[in-house]
Order: sequence, then structure tokens, then C-alpha cells
Amino acid sequence: MLHLILFLAFGAVCVAGAVNLLVQRHPINSALSLVVVMGALAGEYLLLGAEFLGAIQVIVYAGAIMVLFVFVIMLLNAGEEERTKGSRVALLFGVPGMLAGSLLIAWVLLHSDMGSVEVGALLGSPKAIARLLFHDFLLPFEVTSVLVLIAIMGAVVLAARSEVAQPKQEKEN
Amino acid sequence: MVPLSYYLVLSGILFASGVTGFLIKRNLITIFMSIELMLNGVNLSFVAFAAHWQKLSGQVFVFFVMVVAAAEAAVGLAIIISVFRTRQTLNVDQVNLLKL
Repeated sequence: MLHLILFLAFGAVCVAGAVNLLVQRHPINSALSLVVVMGALAGEYLLLGAEFLGAIQVIVYAGAIMVLFVFVIMLLNAGEEERTKGSRVALLFGVPGMLAGSLLIAWVLLHSDMGSVEVGALLGSPKAIARLLFHDFLLPFEVTSVLVLIAIMGAVVLAARSEVAQPKQEKEN
Repeated sequence: MVPLSYYLVLSGILFASGVTGFLIKRNLITIFMSIELMLNGVNLSFVAFAAHWQKLSGQVFVFFVMVVAAAEAAVGLAIIISVFRTRQTLNVDQVNLLKL
């Protein structure tokens, strides 16, 4: 019973944050509501017994990635977004279509008996995760390190001011 | 005791709001945040299924998704900075060319 209450509480915070992300018009408000969503999701992970993922969710997602977002928002001095007119076809067909589709999926999910999840049924402790990560998933794990290295280099190259290109333009001018 | 379907519905709600934000938002950074919201929604269903089937592999997949999301955020934000330098705007309606 307590599990259900905690699930509903964290879930309500999640949904409220997600809706707030859509409603807010300033990017910094959206970013902060995304932090709320990620924090509440960390609570859901803890309820499911995924301790390691709960910690990583707070450290990597709500910490590192969102700080990056907030830094970029402040760096670019992003103001409130301008409101533009959407197409009427999207309003006429898209909104009812999406509502019908999501209601159908929710109805099917709620009426199919898939069993239930008990708290602490599967303990994702760092030890258990590490055993799996360094035995069964060793190759993907190592490939991941290469991926991150490439991403770092790509970010540096893309974000760096092109010092070499500017003198050339001056010469052309 | 929480039915698995509740977790899946919550994950679906998060994913759907991510898709909605991706479609209706006009700011590049907010659109990017909607993508992160979608990834989070999928992660929740991964963890729920891992607990349901008693398989830890689901949690390892979430770990990999987080790594890919971090790499994607770094590169994507660098692209956004680079686009902003040339266009002086973050409005997607005015960013219709990929040329930097």
C-alpha cells in the first residue's frame, strides 16, 4: 500500500514537471522543471530497487546534463520564446488523433493483466550491476568509452570559435 | 504492490509530453530538453520491466542510454551554440538551413 502511495506521489510530481515544461515559455523555467522530473524519476527507480540507477540519475542527469543545459541557456542569453501560429490541420487532426491514440494505449495497458511489481524484488546494487557490466556487457561498455571520446572531440570542434577562418574572411573583405 | 501497467502508463505519459514539446516548442534548447524527457520516459519502462522479469540487464541498458544521452547532450548543445553564433536566434522557424 505504501509502495502504491509513494509511486503515485512521485508519478504526480513527474507529470506535473513534464506539463510545466510544456507550459513555461522561458527556457530556464523549462530546464528547472525537467530537473524536477528527473529527481522524481530517481525516486521511482529507488522504489523499483534500482539503487545504482537512482544515484546515477541524480548525479549524471539532474546534475551534469542539466547543468550543461542551464549553462548554455545563460551563455546564449536565451529569452522567452516567440509564439508562432501552428497549422490548423495539426490542431484539427493532430490533437484528437493523439488523444485517441494515447487513450487507446492506456486502456489496453490497464486492461491487460501483466502482473505487478513488488518493492525490492530485484536489487540493482552497484555490485550486481558492475558484475553484469564487466562480464556480459564488457564489449558494449568499452565501445561506450570510444563513443564518449568522440562526443567530447565533436563538442570541442563544434563549439570552438573558428580562429583560422576569421583572418581569411578579413583578407577577402 | 504496484501493477506493471501503472509504470508503463506513467512512462507513456512522459514520452507523450516529450513528443508534444518537440512539436509545439519553438526554442531550440527547449526542443532538445523534450528529447531528454522522451529518453527518461523510455528509461522508466526499462527499469519497470527489469523489476518485473527479474533481469538486471534492463538496468544495464538504462545505464547505456544515459551515457548516450550525455554524449548527445554535449554534441547537441555544441551545435546549438554554433548555430546561434551564425544566426543570432534560437527560433527554429528561422533556422531552416543546416549550413553554419
